[in-house]
Amino acid sequence: MTNLEQWEGFKGSKWREEINTRDFIQNNYTPYDGDESFLAGPADSTNKLWSKLQQLQKEERAKGGVLDMDTHIVSGITSHEPGYIDPELKDLEKIVGLQTDKPLKRAFMPFGGIKMAEEACTTYGYTPDPLLHKIFTEYHKTHNQGVFDAYTPEMRAVRKNKIITGLPDTYGRGRIVGDYRRIALYGIDKLVEAKQDDLAHCGNGKMRDSVIRQREELSDQIRALKQMKVMAASYGYDISKPAANAQEAVQWTYFGYLAAIKTQNGAAMSIGRISTFLDIYIKRDLDKGILTEAEAQELIDHLVLKLRMVKFARIPSYNELFSGDPVWATLSIGGKGQDGRSMVTKNDFRFLHTLENMGPSPEPNMTVLYCEQLPENFKRYAAAISVRTSSVQYENDDVMRPVWGDDYAICCCVSATQTGKEMQFFGARANLAKCLMYAINGGVDAKTKAQVGPKYKAITSEYLDYDEVMEKFDDMMSWLASIYVHTLNLIHYMHDKYNYEAAEMALIDTNVRRTFATGIAGFSHVVDSLSAIKYAKVKTIRDENGIVVDFETEGDFPRYGNDDDRADDIAVWLLGTFLKKLKQCHTYRDSEPTTSILTITSNVVYGKATASLPDGRKAGEPLSPGANPSYGAEKSGLLASLNSVAKLPYEWALDGISNTQTINPDALGHSEEEQVTNLVNILDGYFEKGAHHLNVNVFGKEKLIDAMEHPEKEEYANFTIRVSGYAVKFIDLTKEQQMDVISRTCHATL
Amino acid sequence: MSEIKGKIHSTESFGAADGPGIRFIVFTQGCRMRCRFCHNPDTWSLEGDDTCTDMTAGEILDKALRYKSYWKKDGGITVSGGEPLLQIEFLTDLFRQAKDQGINTCIDTAGQPFSREEPFFSKFQELMKYTDLLLLDIKEINPERHRNITGYDNANILDMARYLSEIGKPVWIRHVLVPGLSDFDEDLDALAEFIGTLKNVQKVEVLPYHTLGKFKWENLGIKYSLDDTAPPTAERIDNAQRKLGAGKYAKN
Repeated sequence: MTNLEQWEGFKGSKWREEINTRDFIQNNYTPYDGDESFLAGPADSTNKLWSKLQQLQKEERAKGGVLDMDTHIVSGITSHEPGYIDPELKDLEKIVGLQTDKPLKRAFMPFGGIKMAEEACTTYGYTPDPLLHKIFTEYHKTHNQGVFDAYTPEMRAVRKNKIITGLPDTYGRGRIVGDYRRIALYGIDKLVEAKQDDLAHCGNGKMRDSVIRQREELSDQIRALKQMKVMAASYGYDISKPAANAQEAVQWTYFGYLAAIKTQNGAAMSIGRISTFLDIYIKRDLDKGILTEAEAQELIDHLVLKLRMVKFARIPSYNELFSGDPVWATLSIGGKGQDGRSMVTKNDFRFLHTLENMGPSPEPNMTVLYCEQLPENFKRYAAAISVRTSSVQYENDDVMRPVWGDDYAICCCVSATQTGKEMQFFGARANLAKCLMYAINGGVDAKTKAQVGPKYKAITSEYLDYDEVMEKFDDMMSWLASIYVHTLNLIHYMHDKYNYEAAEMALIDTNVRRTFATGIAGFSHVVDSLSAIKYAKVKTIRDENGIVVDFETEGDFPRYGNDDDRADDIAVWLLGTFLKKLKQCHTYRDSEPTTSILTITSNVVYGKATASLPDGRKAGEPLSPGANPSYGAEKSGLLASLNSVAKLPYEWALDGISNTQTINPDALGHSEEEQVTNLVNILDGYFEKGAHHLNVNVFGKEKLIDAMEHPEKEEYANFTIRVSGYAVKFIDLTKEQQMDVISRTCHATL
Repeated sequence: MSEIKGKIHSTESFGAADGPGIRFIVFTQGCRMRCRFCHNPDTWSLEGDDTCTDMTAGEILDKALRYKSYWKKDGGITVSGGEPLLQIEFLTDLFRQAKDQGINTCIDTAGQPFSREEPFFSKFQELMKYTDLLLLDIKEINPERHRNITGYDNANILDMARYLSEIGKPVWIRHVLVPGLSDFDEDLDALAEFIGTLKNVQKVEVLPYHTLGKFKWENLGIKYSLDDTAPPTAERIDNAQRKLGAGKYAKN
């Protein structure tokens, strides 16, 4: 049995002989069911560094959203000199490492697309080095170029007309979570050795495409691992061997993540599930008496400080989709093990406590893997942090664990992935609301009037007939599913080719499971529209060319969001049907197709491209986000709305079903004690019904309106709200999105 | 048992401010009082309009039980209104069936229909067998001011409080604090004294007046007489809470 001095005191054997972080965790963690009274306040160093960072964030906002940009170095693992929050406070940083040589300075990342990298610079008044332009247009192709070289005219048309939208063809696909903990547990040398062994046994001499590619990728991974050592050395650390104590474990883990965010500007760059793992190291040091609780908290605070600093250079069209500069540095805490033990440790409390020590913050995207059997004390503490900060989201561990095991992490806003075992091909969204209109109009886009879909026979009647619409909608969904999957296949082929995630993949098993994560936009509007056609009378209004551009709906109809099975059954049918159609398509690299209902702030942009619908939503108005019921549809209160969403089977949307709810504090209870109890009961009740995800905001509309009108007030500088699948500082949203958030239902029955 | 139907204004799946825990709220249609600060004047009419539904106890329970998973140990059903006691047969039927299913039952009432006269009194005694808690709203202890606010005397309401104390039925006493109408130190002291004579009070809640229901008056075309009345200040709320001993009785 291999025994290293850094592993002194650790139990178990399997993880010593193979790369197996989960086995190490299961053999060594200590569940904690006590309360939060052990927690320590912020260290002096934390206060100083956080105050400096807040000052930088203020400058960043004053400069229009970007503090500084790199214009001449192509970002890579070893591209930059070491950087610190403040050179003068350098010695205070217990955890070090920045993406570039300066805090909040955004790196130049051309591999996704040189045009976007340049546009990101010029938007904020920076001029990229012309040599970079020459290199990445004349000598080296980028992902974006590859995609557009191969797109078919039909793909360009669906993209242009936004029936398929938000595609990762102009930005990094993200969502790949390396098992960054491996660096702490094994050290780089051992990981290199394991990958070299994989390379030696890859292909058995038969040189098929897949083998050649695998060999090339493994070599890229090994190179990335070696570069991580060089990067760490520049900060004065030797990460070739395992971490020997808590500080090193946190630092080594962060270095792995840092390598990822230096090389990829993916839409989501999650750090994964690290709290229970790191607790093992912290507890060992606490037991040895070489670390105090205050010092342990300081380590976690400083790590979280770094996660609050992750930045990417983005283009305006990206910011419209994903408003508020999010990076989804998603951090998953809590959860339960396969053996039934809670995986909540003191460290899960420490991570939540960062929201008190340093105040609310949108990043890291704090996610509690929730189930009823988690310790009551932890559930109550998380709920209390929600009530105070609105910075936490909850996901149902009881529905995810059976699918992904007990070492999965959230890799994006809400999607689960097995840590170190799996990667995702992120696939944005198909707009099913537009698809319904294409069905009615025979493939013609009611907004652009272009023939985008197949020229099926359009509906010519004045009043819509449910059976006729359903038949045509079914055909149109078949077409959409197939063009959607084909487009994604092409995108991911090019992403692998020109923008491969070597750093993350180096920390994932070579024999990786791949999922193909599609998504649905406009969900609630399609459900309500079909319900209107079925239960009310929907009259078509046509333009001069006979294209249906609007509707008059006479009579009442059941709406999704009221726990009314007549509407909710349509919702379940819609999800199941679209998934079935996706599964019929060939997916790239034998990946497993999944789908999601989790549009984020992109609902505003998607809505702009969507015509009027039979449910009464007018052209251009925002679509409701995620799986949320439509605006104003919820007439029976919060729980009725939750029950409707809970009916959507998670197994049919393994990529996630996001739901965002805002509750007025007065409606949640008269005291914080009551509010916490009621919130825990809401979560227990909702997840008992098999629901997947809940974003919880606790504030009233008045506060949002005041923050919109007075963003300069100190109290709003860090005012964080949960939007579908992530959190943002409210004042960083566009005015349009602020209005959208305000107009959504706030549950405030008094 | 014949099918008694209740005249129901609406239901709400999530109530966390009317009774313990998370509650399914049933708003009954019809109230005789005309409280000048009422935030549900649309529930006044005894006949209701076409948005009201006639529902049996069974139908209400079917609906409520969809939310059972959220109730845990404290939650349940609260019947509010309107004035629930105006539909006492229906209410009794509903609560009897609810108790059969082990559901916590609570009435949010202003007590106006209460009387120790028959036939009401026997019916009320029967209802109390199936009622776990009453939220009793005492608008004013001073009869004159009570009449000014509601149009009705408060003698029978205070008598109801005494009766509930006699039978040991748990109550939460609530007082809506409206500047100029129900926020007088001498009345708060008198109310506190009265509450002190009761043996069944679990909690005293001060409900600060708010204007969220004002638009409903406008929709109904009724003149709102409190246009110039602002919600009470934090000091006055604090004063009322102190005088009424809001913390003293708090059970949670």
